[in-house]
Amino acid sequence: MASVNPINYGTPRRESDTQVTLEIDGRSVTVPAGTSVMRAAIESGIDVPKLCASDNVEPFGSCRLCLVEIEGKRGYPASCTTEVAEGMEVRTVSDKLNQLRRGVIELYLSDHPGASKVETGDVGDDELLRLARDLDVREVRYDKEGRNHQDAVIDDSNPYFDFDSSRCIVCSRCVRACDEVQGTFALTVDGRGFASMISAGTDSDDFLNSECVSCGACVQACPTEALVEKNVVEQGMPERSVTTTCAYCGVGCSFNAELKGDEVVRMVPAKEGKANHGHSCVKGRFAWGYTNHPDRITKPMVRDKITDPWREVSWDEAMSFAVERINGIRDKHGSTALGAITSSRCTNEETYLVQKMARAVFGTNNVDTCARVCHSPTGYGLNSTFGTSAGTQDFDSVEKSDVMLVIGANPTDAHPVFASQMKKRLREGARLIVVDPRAIDLVRSPHVAAEHHLQLQPGTNVALVNALAHTVLAEGLENRAFVEQRCDVEEYDAWREFILREENSPEHTAQYTGVPADALREAARLYATGGNAAIYYGLGVTEHSQGSTMVMGMANIAMATGNIGRPGVGVNPLRGQNNVQGSCDMGSFPHELPGYRHISDQGVRDIYEAEWGVKLDDEPGLRIPNMIDAATGGTFKALYVQGEDILQSDPNIKHIAAGLAAMECVIIQDIFLNETASYAHVFLPGSTFLEKDGTFTNAERRINRVRKIRTAPGGYADWEVTQMLAQALGYPMNYGHPSEIMDEIARTTPTFRGVSFDKIDALGSVQWPCNDEHPEGTPVMHVDNFVRGKGKFMLTPFVPTDERANRRFPLLLTTGRILSQYNVGAQTRRTANRLWHAEDWLELHPSDAEVRGIKDGTLVAVASRMGETTLRAKVSERMTPGVVYTTFHFPETAANVITTEYSDWATECPEYKVTAVEVRPCNTLSEWQRRYMDTRDQMQRIEGNQSVRAPDTVAASVEEASDDDWEPAE
Amino acid sequence: MDDEKMVRQANQIAQYFSAYPEDRAKEGVRGHIRKFWEPRMRTQLINYAGAGGEGLHPLVLWAATQLQDEAGQPV
Ligand code: SF4
Ligand code: SF4
Ligand code: FES
Repeated sequence: MASVNPINYGTPRRESDTQVTLEIDGRSVTVPAGTSVMRAAIESGIDVPKLCASDNVEPFGSCRLCLVEIEGKRGYPASCTTEVAEGMEVRTVSDKLNQLRRGVIELYLSDHPGASKVETGDVGDDELLRLARDLDVREVRYDKEGRNHQDAVIDDSNPYFDFDSSRCIVCSRCVRACDEVQGTFALTVDGRGFASMISAGTDSDDFLNSECVSCGACVQACPTEALVEKNVVEQGMPERSVTTTCAYCGVGCSFNAELKGDEVVRMVPAKEGKANHGHSCVKGRFAWGYTNHPDRITKPMVRDKITDPWREVSWDEAMSFAVERINGIRDKHGSTALGAITSSRCTNEETYLVQKMARAVFGTNNVDTCARVCHSPTGYGLNSTFGTSAGTQDFDSVEKSDVMLVIGANPTDAHPVFASQMKKRLREGARLIVVDPRAIDLVRSPHVAAEHHLQLQPGTNVALVNALAHTVLAEGLENRAFVEQRCDVEEYDAWREFILREENSPEHTAQYTGVPADALREAARLYATGGNAAIYYGLGVTEHSQGSTMVMGMANIAMATGNIGRPGVGVNPLRGQNNVQGSCDMGSFPHELPGYRHISDQGVRDIYEAEWGVKLDDEPGLRIPNMIDAATGGTFKALYVQGEDILQSDPNIKHIAAGLAAMECVIIQDIFLNETASYAHVFLPGSTFLEKDGTFTNAERRINRVRKIRTAPGGYADWEVTQMLAQALGYPMNYGHPSEIMDEIARTTPTFRGVSFDKIDALGSVQWPCNDEHPEGTPVMHVDNFVRGKGKFMLTPFVPTDERANRRFPLLLTTGRILSQYNVGAQTRRTANRLWHAEDWLELHPSDAEVRGIKDGTLVAVASRMGETTLRAKVSERMTPGVVYTTFHFPETAANVITTEYSDWATECPEYKVTAVEVRPCNTLSEWQRRYMDTRDQMQRIEGNQSVRAPDTVAASVEEASDDDWEPAE
Repeated sequence: MDDEKMVRQANQIAQYFSAYPEDRAKEGVRGHIRKFWEPRMRTQLINYAGAGGEGLHPLVLWAATQLQDEAGQPV
């Protein structure tokens, strides 16, 4: 597939210190050594016909279309597989070359259905037909009745793309894209010679049932529309494209949204995208259909009581309703009864406005964000040790890593594009240590295997990282020079004394972690001595009662081994949502203003007081769980929530529900009536990423542009809605465009001083800090000095969580995500991604299953001391005995009915990753689920509408399917 | 927040800082609560400590007294 925009250079870019100069068609061209003749030509503006070459995969040299003549060389070498040489003289055009190329085209056309289209010029997205047109091949002399693939059946099993083998020229671009770019190795070329066929390599031999993860790299690579997006088949070729940023995970892939009119036909990952280099996953490329879903709420709605049906009203009426309630509450209970929640799915500008609304308009620091429940410990831990709350590297840094230590993260599912980059580096020989209770895909996948999988018990991360540190110090593997030069040595000495205590030895910690001491020691040695070692971690680190301690523990070992401050190393949080980094940067936490500056700092408050024209409260505000507690305690009454669904995503749902029910004014701004909206009084329709301008900041601190393609069905982008509410409350907020909000951020925040929309547009993206010192941004942090000056080792005492398995609840439940679904699933559940994952299931080890009489597909009740829920079981060797696992993408599963209220000591990030449970076969939904099903429709009724949503998942599937005919999807 | 939860959360903070020598541990606990706990929560802690502070870690008890002095409330 050719995108509307980019040039395909035919072969990958090469890097070299040596430059080579050659002559192509009389033109002098200079390129790095190792570059192909094809790339050199195309870079200098000379097009070379090609079919089997593409610049994202290694050349293969099979189609023979790219032939050239080279002075002094016999024959007609393929330019894609020929490297440039100094002084080489190349001709890309001659009668002979033309004749040879036309012959090749003719042969391909003899077994291709589109030949007639060459005449009409309607060649669509088919490079073969385009070349036939350009080379003026009108006639096919070969016998079309001969051997051919023209009656092959189209494989339309994948919901997003078709495979029509009658158009396939077996150039293997798809196979190479799957291998080299995606790293899934799902495709093969079956058979030989003329009989050869691309195959997804399964018995049923269709894409859906194969190993394919639907990333679309093969579709993008295919030159002939043999692999083609269903949308292109249905809607025809797009006409223009707008570059924007994916709104799903923290990789933050850049996409060209390719459009017909204002309708998106397809999303094509942008080659220039510095986070993704032209690759994407199934979510970003294909799962954007939710933006047009009929469930979208397009009109503001209000209701007096949460038991009333919703009433659709004008924007004016919604605003007056909200203002009256907010003012009434403020008059009676003061500003501290008000609060707001910003969203990691909204843009930086929108997030900034919501916290500004809380602080400047509501007059309170009661503002928080969903990062509370995911990466708040990253903030605390990295800030304490390094001095700032962000990952240290850019993604490309991994290309220089020799060792990767992946802790509590599952990149192939949660950060797929970065996982592909990791896998590529691993295939090149980097070595891998995985720390996870579950055998995630990275532990063993095609051509990638972890050298060490430390399969620890949930809740014992800190014991494990202490044992790693102990081994490093006890075996003298630390980098003393780095520590002395870069770190606070007194703190280091205290840490060293602490870590070397016997209680932190691998032999001692094994009783908690379950990881054998020798395996742990081997892993520590590899990390400390294997070359550039980089740590990547996820929510398996943060969502623990010791999340912050663990983040500090990882920072400690990185400093102790000198693995910080250059490409290839570092400590890197893999952020869950697209803008978690940004929402934290923008001052979403109740104790700090934008740029992580504490609210008690008068100097910082001065800046904002001058800018906003109000006096700011100098006390920290309430965090989300505190708001809920204060609500049940009667002192917190009104909440403005932008783009979050705390009722589904936060722990201990029953308590959250009670808190929300106790409030007098809950304002939800979202694209769907989410679960939290069941408890709301005002609903303001929000906008998707296609409907607004702004920026997202990804996990590598990269600020990427989001560009508006069309107007939201409700009429306003989210920042405009916030502004409208602020104005209605009497505050002068008058931005004409999000760029003006970014200008204010830059004016007031030192790390953003150099950021502007113009700069991002010019550079493509920038990584903060971006200021006078780093005018083009900062790919790698802490290069010469830590942000805080000297790196600070922090003590990391292991304190086992209070949540322990016991006789009644003998198993430990941990939670996570899956590739095809995203978080609370509000978006992905409303796309064909349901085909892969239509419900949450409980994964457990065969031995745990057997003693309980549980088989694949058995309905099971999972009970903790907090509550109970019912879902289906999936028996899996990936689990370690005693540990069970589930995702939380479906509200009906209500996984958070069972999670506890335990949380990280420093940040109150909930301990999702450890809940003691018992599991038993059962045949009904839990009481909570039944009640929830009964009341949800009631609480979400809209006057005059039947129902705003289709009944889905567990409830429906329990009725439809018997236990026997259920099969777990992969 | 119910008292039990408050006690647990305050004690968790103390458990962390108790790895440090006493003076630093005390200041760590006080500073953390001062920096991150909203005034209502601090008041609840001060009142609870004042009423005997059952179950509170000694470092938290100390911090509560300091916070109380700072808030200028009668001991
Ligand atoms: S969609 Fe991705 S994973 Fe599937 S076959 Fe194509 S390249 Fe491979
Ligand atoms: S979900 Fe993440 S990896 Fe997938 S396309 Fe979006 S940003 Fe990229
Ligand atoms: S493009 Fe070079 S051989 Fe196909």
